[in-house]
Amino acid sequence: MDLPLILFWFYGSVLLASALAVVLVRNPVHAALFLVLSFFSAAALWILLYAEFLALTLVLVYVGAVMVLFLFVVMMLDINLERLREGFWRSLPLALLVGVLMAAEMVAALVTRGGLAGAMPPAPSGSNTRALGSVIYTDYVFPFEIAAVILLVAIVAAIALTLRQRKETKYQDPGRQLAVHAGDRLKIVKMAPETTVRRAGEGAE
Amino acid sequence: MIPLENFLVLGALLFAISVIGIFMNRKNLIVLLMAIELMLLAVNMNFIAFSHARGDLSGQVFVFFILTVAAAESAIGLAILVALFRNLRSIHVDDLGSLKG
Repeated sequence: MDLPLILFWFYGSVLLASALAVVLVRNPVHAALFLVLSFFSAAALWILLYAEFLALTLVLVYVGAVMVLFLFVVMMLDINLERLREGFWRSLPLALLVGVLMAAEMVAALVTRGGLAGAMPPAPSGSNTRALGSVIYTDYVFPFEIAAVILLVAIVAAIALTLRQRKETKYQDPGRQLAVHAGDRLKIVKMAPETTVRRAGEGAE
Repeated sequence: MIPLENFLVLGALLFAISVIGIFMNRKNLIVLLMAIELMLLAVNMNFIAFSHARGDLSGQVFVFFILTVAAAESAIGLAILVALFRNLRSIHVDDLGSLKG
């Protein structure tokens, strides 16, 4: 048993254990932290597969951005955990049935085929990032642009969903302030002068 | 060397674990989103394993796009979650019946 295989078993078991912890632990903050651990193990496995760029992207984008977003949201919301956990263990039989069946089907299909791609090829030479970049910016340049547009749409949607105008906030509108004329503020009314002055209490008798 | 089947079986087990998580955390939207992230991770694992086995970089390019779309999806999902919590004071799935006729 060589070193990469030992590392594979180590990272794989950490990945599966932390994934199981993500879906089973009680506290959503702990679930998010276990998800960070599983992303780290997956990144290590991808490095074993010589996909260094994607492994680093996973750590930077997922652990650095998405999981921090998850943690922000989890800590910001005041969640009633007891209500969310009710019926948790009651759905265990159905969940186990479906999950074990799915895993067994896929594993059986993979094991009976056996030797899917023959032996794994040796390590590719040269930089993985350079090779990936030369493919993305030539063959896949149009999907790459669309991915950028999708990210822009996500930014706009996330801001538009969470932006709100508070009613009690006082704010200035400079456009309206600049558009004001003196005539809008002060109105001079012409009226005839009154000649008779009625004293208080005069009309009582 | 690590055989290809090891990675595929690992991906299958990861996917099954996240399916179990979706079944068991039906009430909790946050953990549902996390389980979806785990599913995407399992799929990406298969893509990268096949990409290395076949010596074809297209699989890694596809994983790149999946990562992009998944990041956008979780950002919008969490924004919806925050907007929902502001209006309902709850993220319990049973409380989200306002579109029901």
